[in-house]
Amino acid sequence: MQKYMRWSAILVVLMLVIAACQADPGTGGTDGASTPAGESAGTGGGDFECEDEVGCVTYGPGEPIRIGSALVISGPDASLGLDSQYGVQVAIELRGDVAGHEIELDAQDDGCNAEGGTAAARTLTSDPTIVAVIGTSCSSAGVPAAQITSDAGVVMISPSNTAPSLTSEEEHQPFYLRTAHNDTVQGEAMARFVCEELGFTTAATIHDGSPYAEQLQAVFQEQFAELCDGTITGTEAVEPTQTDFNPVLTSLAAGEPEFLYYPIFTAAGALVTQQAREIMPETALAGADGMFSDAFLEAAGDAANGMYLSGPDLEFSGDFYENEFKPAYSEVSGEDAPISVFHAHAFDAANMIFDAIEEVAEVEDDGTIHIGRQALRDALFATSGFEGITGSLTCTETGDCADPSISVSEVVEGAFSRIWP
Amino acid sequence: MRLPERFTLTDAILWTIRIGVLTFVVIGSYLTVSQGLYAQSAWGSFITAGIALGSVYALIALGYTLVYGILFMINFAHGEVFMAGAFTAFFAATALNDIGMLESNLFVSIPAILLTAMVTSLIVAVLLERIAYRPLRRAPRLVPLITAIGASLFLQYTFRGLYGARPRSYPTLEILAGDFVILGMSIPRTRAIVIVAAVLLMVALFWLVERTRTGRSMRAVSEDKDVAAMMGINVDRVIVQTFAIGGVLAGAAGILYTLMFNQVSAHMGFLPGIKAFTAAVLGGIGNIAGAALGGLMLGILEAVGPYLLLAGFGVPSPTQLKDVIAFAVLVLVLVFRPNGILGRQEGT
Repeated sequence: MQKYMRWSAILVVLMLVIAACQADPGTGGTDGASTPAGESAGTGGGDFECEDEVGCVTYGPGEPIRIGSALVISGPDASLGLDSQYGVQVAIELRGDVAGHEIELDAQDDGCNAEGGTAAARTLTSDPTIVAVIGTSCSSAGVPAAQITSDAGVVMISPSNTAPSLTSEEEHQPFYLRTAHNDTVQGEAMARFVCEELGFTTAATIHDGSPYAEQLQAVFQEQFAELCDGTITGTEAVEPTQTDFNPVLTSLAAGEPEFLYYPIFTAAGALVTQQAREIMPETALAGADGMFSDAFLEAAGDAANGMYLSGPDLEFSGDFYENEFKPAYSEVSGEDAPISVFHAHAFDAANMIFDAIEEVAEVEDDGTIHIGRQALRDALFATSGFEGITGSLTCTETGDCADPSISVSEVVEGAFSRIWP
Repeated sequence: MRLPERFTLTDAILWTIRIGVLTFVVIGSYLTVSQGLYAQSAWGSFITAGIALGSVYALIALGYTLVYGILFMINFAHGEVFMAGAFTAFFAATALNDIGMLESNLFVSIPAILLTAMVTSLIVAVLLERIAYRPLRRAPRLVPLITAIGASLFLQYTFRGLYGARPRSYPTLEILAGDFVILGMSIPRTRAIVIVAAVLLMVALFWLVERTRTGRSMRAVSEDKDVAAMMGINVDRVIVQTFAIGGVLAGAAGILYTLMFNQVSAHMGFLPGIKAFTAAVLGGIGNIAGAALGGLMLGILEAVGPYLLLAGFGVPSPTQLKDVIAFAVLVLVLVFRPNGILGRQEGT
């Protein structure tokens, strides 16, 4: 008997190890916490003296400028991050040279969780030749990544973090910006849609404990109560890896909500959709940009029809998006059409970085350039009236740069169809 | 019951735990029921959902328990045997759906899908035994455990590499939507089918183990391998048969699982695998009836427990704590019955 108990103990430990390994996306985080930034990367540069507070990155003649990305590029939510990565690649492709140098991208995986974000940020900040980072995809990865990059003095712009806390007065990290909308806007838009367009007065919400989902549904609850005196009949928390939502949904169905809002991610979102159709067939279902992808439609199947999803408005004005961006995107990715909704935000983020580099780079006669990290950060925060695909971007002191416009789409016969506003 | 001669500290602690748990359960249930938080139909739904999920756990747990009963090893890759069946049957189901067979010839296509899953799982389980475990039969016990974990990861990432990390959705069948009404209680058709199918499979297994020649040799090997070999039983063959039976059950469980949740992915076997292992330990590992009982108990505890015990205290979103309840029960059961509910109790 004792022997058996001993084996059980060993087994439990092993299970925990495996669980931990699975959470790690395997990017191989180098343990290079807060690298002394500003070491010279290149060989060029004679008597240049760096006067930047944080330090300078130097690229010799012919050396490419290196930027990093920390986006979710594996697992069930990969379409979210790959879409952004393609946006960055298109920006590099269309831009050509920046300050006389090519651009090179070091793509890391944020795994859409805190562990992945930490590993990716450590890997990128331990490389002194990385001048800026585009990331992360998921807010849960963004929280630790913003901390690590800011400690290291590496500026980071996220194309798709939307959790309000990341740019709140209290929690904003000095080197963090985003071109994605703040969820205070998205939550309000969804509440407005429900109140004004659908005319519902009762709703229930589900979140998965991630900063993104938790904060977004909280904003929705608040606005829903304010805009049309709506009642929240119940709130539940689930696990991102859970498969059986029957008890959760049964419990929420007891409150008889007219509307169920679950702004979570692809895998769990698809399962909730399928099971909610059986348990509460009368209730209208809605999610947000975390599930706004073809991968979600594929996973949810027919159950997704009639569901509402909010996301950034992709009805961009101007011919550039249709005639230049989309063909370049197809060429880079091999996909017919964009696979998720944050490619344009990533494209704008990359171009903001390139503009800022051109502004602050000190070029020597032989082509060597020096980029001050603090100067680059300041130039980015000073961005004002930047004309990007997603609108005219102006950064606030806490790093919100978006020109947010949110639209709601309905799933009709397995495709997204924009219906509001 | 005879009072112990001396009331030791351990006894005091055990009695405190007993009384504490009992008080908690009584007060929690009383609060929830008296506040009328959930209608009777909701309770019915919690319970049937729990039984349905529990029967899937039970089928997987049987695979763990059968192998443990004979080899005294834990086949950690059993969750992946389950995944392999469900995943492969997904391709059969979509292919049948594409040619229109799925809906029109239900009685041909459903058995075909089920057979695909069971055969795939059987092959994976038998190969696993042949490649990963048999060469290590005489090795120290930790060694096959490690290979099992290696095999588990190998299978997960092979499927992920072959078919991608995206979860995929089975085609849905109109005929499975909607409810059956039994004794005035409505139960979703999928759940009813899952429960009935699981019960039939368990009865079949019981008959196989208790009433057939194969079952008799399995029981003999389980009791003593060497003596069984001397009696002319081919031990290797019995072991392969055990893995095959476990594989078939896991394949069937895979289909039942996807019937309820509709989704397959390369990592889908990991959590149900751990839950089923827990169920096997809860019921008493090595004991067939115990695995079935443990699975059902775990499923019901997860579905009903949080709402019955915690909702009354005003705990927000109580399902978050479903694993806390399930594993607290596991700990309590092991404290009072170290070999599980139906396990052989030694030394007491």
